[in-house]
Amino acid sequence: MNVDLIFKIAGVGILVAILHTVLSKAGKEEYGHLVTIAGVAIVFMMVVELLSKLFQTVKTLFNL
Amino acid sequence: MEILLIVAFGVVATVLLVVIRQTKPELAIVLSLDAGTILLLYFIPRIVEIFGLLQALAGRAGIRMDFLATLLKIMAIAYIAEFGAQISRDMGEGTLANKIELGGKILILLAAIPIIAAILQLVLKLLP
Repeated sequence: MNVDLIFKIAGVGILVAILHTVLSKAGKEEYGHLVTIAGVAIVFMMVVELLSKLFQTVKTLFNL
Repeated sequence: MEILLIVAFGVVATVLLVVIRQTKPELAIVLSLDAGTILLLYFIPRIVEIFGLLQALAGRAGIRMDFLATLLKIMAIAYIAEFGAQISRDMGEGTLANKIELGGKILILLAAIPIIAAILQLVLKLLP
């Protein structure tokens, strides 16, 4: 029941949101979008790893 | 008790999801996917325990083991199909969710064919 990944993702999300607004205020809207894409990519990498663990567990436990 | 753990985890994840969905909807899907995965990882050992008990009882009752193996396989397919369909339905992709569920149903039917064949043979044997 490791909850820390949830908080990590939430932190990255909030950080990306703040960066996006700051960058858009500073007139660099395109960099804001880049930061958003980077944030989504990083977070998705984290979750993909956990998903593969889930599927592996299901495969072994249900001995498919 | 364990249920408190699960409910607390769900509430925390929901609150974070609402916060994230306001600013960055695309991150919300990853967060909900992640919360669902963690909960599933927590439940699966429990389900396998139940199945162990079922297998023990079935062994004593003399039911053929491969039926139970197929049952286990069908259960796993349903489990994963429902997980994927629910994630895509949360994000508003109803059609995609239906396609995933359709795939799950087809795979379950494929897995159930041996059992159906066995039942048919049994019925034919009983007929005069």
